[in-house]
Amino acid sequence: MKTIDATGLSCPQPVLMTIQAIKKGETEIKVIVDNNTSYENVKRCGENNGFEVKAEEGENELITVFLNK
Amino acid sequence: MVKRNVSRFLASKKGIILVGACIGVLASTLQKFGNPPNMGICVACFLRDISGALGFHRAGVVQYMRPEIIGFILGSTITSLIYKEFKARNGSAPLVRFCLGACAMIGALAFLGCPWRTVLRLAGGDLNAILGLLGLTTGIAIGDQFLKYGYNLGKTTKTYVAGGFIVPFFALLFLVLLFFKSKGILFFSTKGPGAMHACIGISILFGLIIGFLLQRTRFCTMGSIRDVLLVGDVHLMSGLISLFVFAFLTNLLYGQVHFGFRLQPIAHTAHLWNFLGMTLAGLAFVLAGGCPGRQLILSGEGDMDAGVFVLGMIAGAGFAHNFGLAGVPDKLINNVVQVGGISLSGKIVVVSGILFCMMIGYFMREKI
Repeated sequence: MKTIDATGLSCPQPVLMTIQAIKKGETEIKVIVDNNTSYENVKRCGENNGFEVKAEEGENELITVFLNK
Repeated sequence: MVKRNVSRFLASKKGIILVGACIGVLASTLQKFGNPPNMGICVACFLRDISGALGFHRAGVVQYMRPEIIGFILGSTITSLIYKEFKARNGSAPLVRFCLGACAMIGALAFLGCPWRTVLRLAGGDLNAILGLLGLTTGIAIGDQFLKYGYNLGKTTKTYVAGGFIVPFFALLFLVLLFFKSKGILFFSTKGPGAMHACIGISILFGLIIGFLLQRTRFCTMGSIRDVLLVGDVHLMSGLISLFVFAFLTNLLYGQVHFGFRLQPIAHTAHLWNFLGMTLAGLAFVLAGGCPGRQLILSGEGDMDAGVFVLGMIAGAGFAHNFGLAGVPDKLINNVVQVGGISLSGKIVVVSGILFCMMIGYFMREKI
């Protein structure tokens, strides 16, 4: 599983990092973000690219987004 | 439960379309109630007016403490506190963001409007705004290339909560000062666009509503175009199109549509500089990560870097008017149209601004 740490970054960076992983052919991606805007954008990006998206809220307001194909 | 349902709806496609429609209707209605024509809720124009009210420039026709801006910020603060999203943060290249804010304002004032006003001008029939929209799209497309090749201003870090309240505090302070208009603390225009405004109550109320909607949806005009060009995402764009359609329909209802290029309200027909002005603004917005409306909302929810961008815009308005860089509207004098546009120094600064922003985009890339 490819892990992307996008904490502290504002959009579009988390989405661009996710797209880069998708383009490399990754089918299981874990994206860690720290704000709702990034979460929603990464979620939409995953759904638009045919991934199943799940999310887990963790400590320190971190959200881990799982993209699976 | 209600809070979660509202959030879920506003985050959906129907939600963003409804929000775009609301902003379009409210902006055109503010014009009906006294705000300058085709300006509605132009953030660049209104920050320029605030810069004037504070005396940072002395252009007597554009000085007013615009309550809508105060409403956007405080609406965002209240909403983010209710939804527990208020988060004080800073440290992502603040000086660069200040410069980008100043460049964005200089570009926007060459055209005479921010991205919102570009759409509102089109919705009022001002075809000069087509050049502005093309320029904005070009600027965003250039910025997108830097983003693709690793441009990044770096991570933000959490900081003291009190820091996040600085911008909302000043918004509140300015609101109080607005009620002491007669005391002569701030500068207020007695003629020109700065003297045209809806009553304070309506302006602040509409500002708060828009602040709430924008905070919940993360609506951003620059982001609408950027996301389509960069990742093919039309979510925000559907809101922007809705804003245009509903502003146009509301303008039709109020008789505020006048198609043409000639003698449009607070606009000029210097097409190249309409285009290049918005190219500069669009590029600066992409590099800073949001249109002026979005930056106000972010600064209201504790993002101090966005607050620095807003300060940059206020300073940029000062430069633009103190050094004669801002666009001058076309005028009718003795039945002859006198074409406005921008001065030679304005042209030099707009082109230099584009080059400066491109250097920021080029040199501030992470290796990817």
